[in-house]
Amino acid sequence: MTPEEIRIKDKDINAFLEVFDNAKPYDEGSLSGKTIAIKDNLFFEGHKVSAGSKILENFTATYDATAIKKLKDAGAVIIGRTNMDEFAMGSSTENSAFGVTKNPYDTERVAGGSSGGSAAAVGAGLVWAALGSDTGGSIRQPAAFCGVVGLKPTYGRVSRFGLIAMSSSLDQIGPITKTVSDAEAIYNVIKGKDPMDSTTQEFPISNFQFSKKIGVPKDFVESEGVSTEVKENFAQSVEKFRSLGYEIKEIKLEHLKYSLPVYYIIMPAEVSSNLARFDGVRYGLHKDGKDSVDDYFKTRGAGFGAEVRRRIILGTYVLSAGYYDEYYGKAVEARQLITKELRALFQDVDLMLTPTAPSPAWKVEEKSKSPLEVYLEDIFTVHANISGCPAISLPSGFSGKLPLGIELTADLGREDNLFAAGKDFMGE
Amino acid sequence: MDKEKVLNLAKLARIEMGDEEAEKLSHEFDAILDYVGEVKKISTTNNQRPTTNNFPIRNIMRADDNPHESGVYTEKILNEAPAREGNYFKVKKIL
Repeated sequence: MTPEEIRIKDKDINAFLEVFDNAKPYDEGSLSGKTIAIKDNLFFEGHKVSAGSKILENFTATYDATAIKKLKDAGAVIIGRTNMDEFAMGSSTENSAFGVTKNPYDTERVAGGSSGGSAAAVGAGLVWAALGSDTGGSIRQPAAFCGVVGLKPTYGRVSRFGLIAMSSSLDQIGPITKTVSDAEAIYNVIKGKDPMDSTTQEFPISNFQFSKKIGVPKDFVESEGVSTEVKENFAQSVEKFRSLGYEIKEIKLEHLKYSLPVYYIIMPAEVSSNLARFDGVRYGLHKDGKDSVDDYFKTRGAGFGAEVRRRIILGTYVLSAGYYDEYYGKAVEARQLITKELRALFQDVDLMLTPTAPSPAWKVEEKSKSPLEVYLEDIFTVHANISGCPAISLPSGFSGKLPLGIELTADLGREDNLFAAGKDFMGE
Repeated sequence: MDKEKVLNLAKLARIEMGDEEAEKLSHEFDAILDYVGEVKKISTTNNQRPTTNNFPIRNIMRADDNPHESGVYTEKILNEAPAREGNYFKVKKIL
């Protein structure tokens, strides 16, 4: 497709913030000739990168993110940058400063988020694949909403050098693709230890054999607020795995249900620290005030949208004296318990299976009144970021015309199990 | 949480904010904090913490040495600055 053809097809979807006119291969390799779109929070030297925010609207990337450099080296053609919730904060792309991305299956509905543009671009067939980032489900949930595959690799697996940070102990870059094999191909290109991101590490190759054992946390899947069609589709997916020769084991994890409250303490805390860097002095938007301190207030007041302000303030609160132990301290401890419990589970089963989201894509503006209601949509995805474990969302059918997804979570460094089971499920 | 508290937090975070937004946020925060407050119910006293082996988040240190050659990125970086003077970021007078 030419850039113009993509723009025309994207008109009703708004997946792209920019389609590059001069897209070209930089080298030859395993991704030669493949067109890939990138989320607007990844640095691609010489191109704009705005994180969906007014505060970076005219910012140009001064270097290549490691993941982008690796794509270039592998021969991929980076075709454009995709829409996202501002600074990756949201589950619907409605928080983008540049308009909402629509679901390719129903343009009255959202594409999910925060990597909604990336998922919609792949779902609509505008590109071969896309990169997203996932802090609490931002790759997997839009992938589920748009009927495609989304992978969040293990924390430390893919370098975040050149990714605009949201929550540094949770963020991870990953692919959104049509098939599991494509996700694996991109993952193999972008992973690896990088001196520019000291959290990256090599994971030792495990001796454990893949035993086709899947754990299903039944109570958790039947949490309040999970829609009937999601529960039905999930039951069918469990049966499908059974028919493929998988052993399904009912499991109960005591602390799993605390993942979401833990996430909505740790994430805003890190957001409030990370976004302190936007000061209107070194880069990005600048608004003049009466003195240098007032410049900060004016710049940040004008540059940050509603959800970003909400999370910065919430993060400031949970970190402030008198509340730190009660919220942040407690959340950090709970995070370790959840991780310990999940890792113990993976001594017994290879994978954990849940739905990806509690409902299919909602109507644009349907949930704009209540931030908490939108936060609850992350119920099935945040455990993977809390624990660092890798997880993949697979298309699992439809509710009417809307796609649904299931999610597999594996132990740290065990993306291989996700790919094996994912390919079985998808018939690849 | 009340409006004044939100306005004070906004001040700490250096974000200009009006009364109306602060009022709205204060009600939203009540609902959110009520929900995330669930974590207080977790008993962590008798639980062993995971070892660094099975928890991927850890502190990573490196020696603060081997700087790159001075000036190689200066132009690229300053090109993104809202205001510059020579090879410096330009800001208002502090004192």
